[in-house]
Amino acid sequence: MSIELVDVHKSFGAKEVLKGFTLDVREGETLSVIGGSGSGKSVALKHVVGLLVPDSGDVRVDGIDVVGLPQQELYELRRRVGYVFQFAALFDSMTVAENVGMGLRRIPGMTADEIRERVTECLGLVDLDGYEERMPAELSGGQRKRAGLARAIATKPKYLLYDEPTTGLDPVTTSVIDSLIVRMREELNVTGVVITHDMQSAFRISDRIAMLYDGRIRFQGTPDEVRATEDRVVRGFIEGRPDLLEVVS
Amino acid sequence: MRDSVSGSIQAVGRASLSSVSSVGRAGYLALGAFRALRKVDVWGPNLLPQMARIGVDSVPIALFIATFTGVVLALQSSYTFTGAIPLYFVGTLVGKTMVLELGPVLTGLALSGRVGANIAAELGTMRITEQVDALETLAYDPNAYLVVPRVIAGALMFPAVVVLANGIGIASGWITSLYLLDMSSVEFLKGLRLFFRSWDVWFSIIKSITFGITVTSVGCFFGLHTTGGAEGVGRSTTHSVVAASMIILVLDAFLAAVLL
Repeated sequence: MSIELVDVHKSFGAKEVLKGFTLDVREGETLSVIGGSGSGKSVALKHVVGLLVPDSGDVRVDGIDVVGLPQQELYELRRRVGYVFQFAALFDSMTVAENVGMGLRRIPGMTADEIRERVTECLGLVDLDGYEERMPAELSGGQRKRAGLARAIATKPKYLLYDEPTTGLDPVTTSVIDSLIVRMREELNVTGVVITHDMQSAFRISDRIAMLYDGRIRFQGTPDEVRATEDRVVRGFIEGRPDLLEVVS
Repeated sequence: MRDSVSGSIQAVGRASLSSVSSVGRAGYLALGAFRALRKVDVWGPNLLPQMARIGVDSVPIALFIATFTGVVLALQSSYTFTGAIPLYFVGTLVGKTMVLELGPVLTGLALSGRVGANIAAELGTMRITEQVDALETLAYDPNAYLVVPRVIAGALMFPAVVVLANGIGIASGWITSLYLLDMSSVEFLKGLRLFFRSWDVWFSIIKSITFGITVTSVGCFFGLHTTGGAEGVGRSTTHSVVAASMIILVLDAFLAAVLL
């Protein structure tokens, strides 16, 4: 197992978001976690890189327990994990090239020329050649997401975590982002975890799909297994039928 | 009646817990920033830009305030002294008051609005747009990258701005004395030198260093603990200015009691 979350509980004040969340991500696969808005998908993802600490439970990446890891070791582990944020989270005051090169500047011994070369290569991989000197404010929503993806892959991570990569995008741009996610797996051989509530995307890009419901994984399986399931909550979610869901968040 | 008492007790309890929690988070931030001091490779490159933003960009507003403070000090002291105290004491009062009190405090309060609010708004926006989380995922310690260069820049640049403001305040008081109070330069300078002690300048510098650290660290604290979108950024900005101003006034009294 490459990424494991075992019986993770997390509350914010009185609100218990994760209630025994358990998930295994296999090496080389792209796993999508689906679920309603506010169901705790992003919360679960942030535990993988230690942005959130569970109230109880274990989070392991390559067998290393993320919880309680000393800061320096946590930063080293994070170099193995690229994180694509929901709204890209590009640094406003920096150019696209500076954004993409941020993680590279933390790698000891990397020269300015090597950083520039790698930045150009990464921007090429997400079809943003020539956008080096643009500011984030000058980019469209899809371009911002691609720049965020370029930043995440710059350090050649083993894992890529995508937090709602297609939210707010038009169908064509969504399809472009989906293709990029597939390309990342095929060309860079990265293991991906995708948080989404876009079922079309999930079916297109996933090897497996897991549904988060009421703080736990309700169902997991291949896209075909998800399509065929009789689980009323999963059916209610993928068919957009609240009457089938016990609780609508 | 019982509900009202119970509600009041609950409100007091919530406020107490919130205060204790804030103190705890502030202590945690201070500890994190202190530990981050050794990461010079992370904060070093950001120091000069922050010194320019916090110090150089604040000079116009500080000088504007100091100029008119000097004018008012000269006029008001002349008004107070008329017929009772020799007019050359205008120089004494302008010099002492600018250096010991109004130079550092008015500059500190003005910069808590300009610098503190700016830091809280910038870091607050970074927090709610996940840029702070992005820094973490890219293996940057936000304390080292965001907090340390701002606090060091504040500690270095506030004294520079205050010394400049002191000088301009005294100069404007001097010019006012010459042209509006019919005093001579000899008289003004006699008064200025009369009770001058070099310790006064050091006191002013020490105060401005503490104010610089206060304004920047309070701005960082509220900025990094922003929640709740645009409204939250506005709230953090306001809290930052109010808290920094209050701390400046308390420190002002404390330092006067301890150092004078």
